[in-house]
Amino acid sequence: MSEPVNESRRRMAIATAVVPGAITGAAVVAPFVATLAPSERAKAAGAPVEVDLSTIKPGEKLNVEWRGKVVWVMKRTPEQIASLEKIPASQLSDAESKKSKQPSYVNAKTRSITPDLVVMEGVCTHLGCAPTAKLTPGELGNDWLGGFYCPCHGSKFDVAGRVYTGSPAPTNLAIPDHKIDGTKLVIGITPDGKEA
Amino acid sequence: MASNTPSMFKSSLMKWVDERLPLTPTIKAHLTEYYTPKNFNFWYYFGSLALLVLVLQIVTGIFLTMNYKPDAATAFGSVEYIMRDVDYGWLIRYMHSTGASMFFVVVYLHMCRGLLYGSYRKPRELIWIFGCLIYLTLMGEAFFGYLLPWGQMSFWGAQVIVNLFAAVPFIGPELAVWIRGDFAVGDATLNRFFAFHVIALPLVLLGLVAAHIVALHEVGSNNPDGIEIKKNKDPKTGVPLDGIPFHPYFTVKDIVGVVVFLMIFSAIVFFMPEMGGYFLEHNNFVPADPLKTPDHIAPVWYFTPYYSILRAVPPIFGSQFPGVAAMGLAVMIFFALPWLDRGAVKSIRYRGNHWKTFFAIFIVCFVILGYLGVKPTSVWGQFGDWSSILDTKDRATWVARLCTVGYFAFFFLMPWYTKVDKTKPEPTRVTWGDAAPSRAHSAHAAAE
Repeated sequence: MSEPVNESRRRMAIATAVVPGAITGAAVVAPFVATLAPSERAKAAGAPVEVDLSTIKPGEKLNVEWRGKVVWVMKRTPEQIASLEKIPASQLSDAESKKSKQPSYVNAKTRSITPDLVVMEGVCTHLGCAPTAKLTPGELGNDWLGGFYCPCHGSKFDVAGRVYTGSPAPTNLAIPDHKIDGTKLVIGITPDGKEA
Repeated sequence: MASNTPSMFKSSLMKWVDERLPLTPTIKAHLTEYYTPKNFNFWYYFGSLALLVLVLQIVTGIFLTMNYKPDAATAFGSVEYIMRDVDYGWLIRYMHSTGASMFFVVVYLHMCRGLLYGSYRKPRELIWIFGCLIYLTLMGEAFFGYLLPWGQMSFWGAQVIVNLFAAVPFIGPELAVWIRGDFAVGDATLNRFFAFHVIALPLVLLGLVAAHIVALHEVGSNNPDGIEIKKNKDPKTGVPLDGIPFHPYFTVKDIVGVVVFLMIFSAIVFFMPEMGGYFLEHNNFVPADPLKTPDHIAPVWYFTPYYSILRAVPPIFGSQFPGVAAMGLAVMIFFALPWLDRGAVKSIRYRGNHWKTFFAIFIVCFVILGYLGVKPTSVWGQFGDWSSILDTKDRATWVARLCTVGYFAFFFLMPWYTKVDKTKPEPTRVTWGDAAPSRAHSAHAAAE
């Protein structure tokens, strides 16, 4: 009595139910995934930060918070600048900062716009700890020229944030976009005024 | 109906319920007529203890949320408020923090039992897989929960772990931002970790535990002899000859375990809740400071073997991803165990020397890795000047590398050494007490 099952018609019916169903399902998941991304407020908090440079003396380092990260603003002494030349490229993982995050307008060797003033993120490129300043030569052994040391996994950096070989950190400390305007430093903006 | 059935099951209320819900059949299937091997030993306490700790964590957790504030500005203070101003708040919180560590103690011993007696082998692969998923979920639960007190270790631990995801090729940095919900660990991160910790993962955990137990009761429990008790049934009743009902026999046995466990648990809660910095790290009594990393960051003890593996693997081609991948693999490899093991027998009692050797290496490596994970890499000093050919002079790093190899050798060489191993013959019936066959049988007899 019952009609024979039309297999192809049944497959068609299943496909028309399943395919749009799956697409709808994915569309429903999308907003849930999107809520986890940084909110507008979090993005707004990433605005550029201004730093007054009139009082910073050679050898001093300021800690500035930008996008929830520490940014070091350091005025290097002539000795510290000279120490960068003493390190053979073979002891550095990325001497030319080819793999590291660094804007094109900073000097490749000093990693700064002017030789003395370096602006870099105080965030270890290994797993994000804050390296501590070990700026006195000899502080970490006789051949130590001064630099930074990450307490988490022992990565070592020179005063330009270049990582020594044998450190777990793969790249040099990141240099954020920044602009120097007389005694005013703006972090999070390129020298021609574009926001990072 | 003059039978020995307890009167409870004959009551009219029970009859009324049974016509609407399969209550009596469920009690029979899982308790009074679930036949459990009679040769269970010490190692079989930890399943029921894990269940006990799960209940403790849920109950204490509910009461903690009543006073805790998942807000970066107030979280640390609200935990201190619970500790100082809420009546018995310190007790609830110490029970919860001790419970977290004891959960891992119990689960590690439970997993070790599975390894000792081959409980992951056919036909129990799914039980094992559910167990591995429970272990993974538990790790997530512990990690999310550890951020909530918003101390220095909470903050920097989360910072390091989330940055592990940033090492994933191509999508890494965006992935890390998406997980944090901000460009750095902050209020958004704390708020979502709270949601995962108190709602999402506990629900997953409960579902997995149910699946774990239902799957177990479907195939039946393994036992220290690693033989199937269902192969020898009473021809009349169909009950396994070596099986006894779970209730009352093993419920009573497990209560003994519960009493001893609670004695240890209470001693920790009341006398050493910080466990010398292993259960609650000293640095976590300092509020989170995004601008200052503590001098020494170490995860809580139960993650340290994997943390050591992460640290031991050097960056390859300027990427730290291999270390992250090795750490992930060290956890995920457990899933493959049922298919890596080709041994003729399941239990350590009948295994040969190959398996025993590799198992011993594995346990030793796991413990050493765990120890090194709480220490700085310089803990065992450095090699001398000759070591400039090594990429790091730290002795501990090299020991950790050796142990990482030992850890993986246990798994990757398993298809080989279990196959060539000289096993002893399994008994047909379970053994226990003085008649332990590992001693009774000739040690030189080979299975095949």
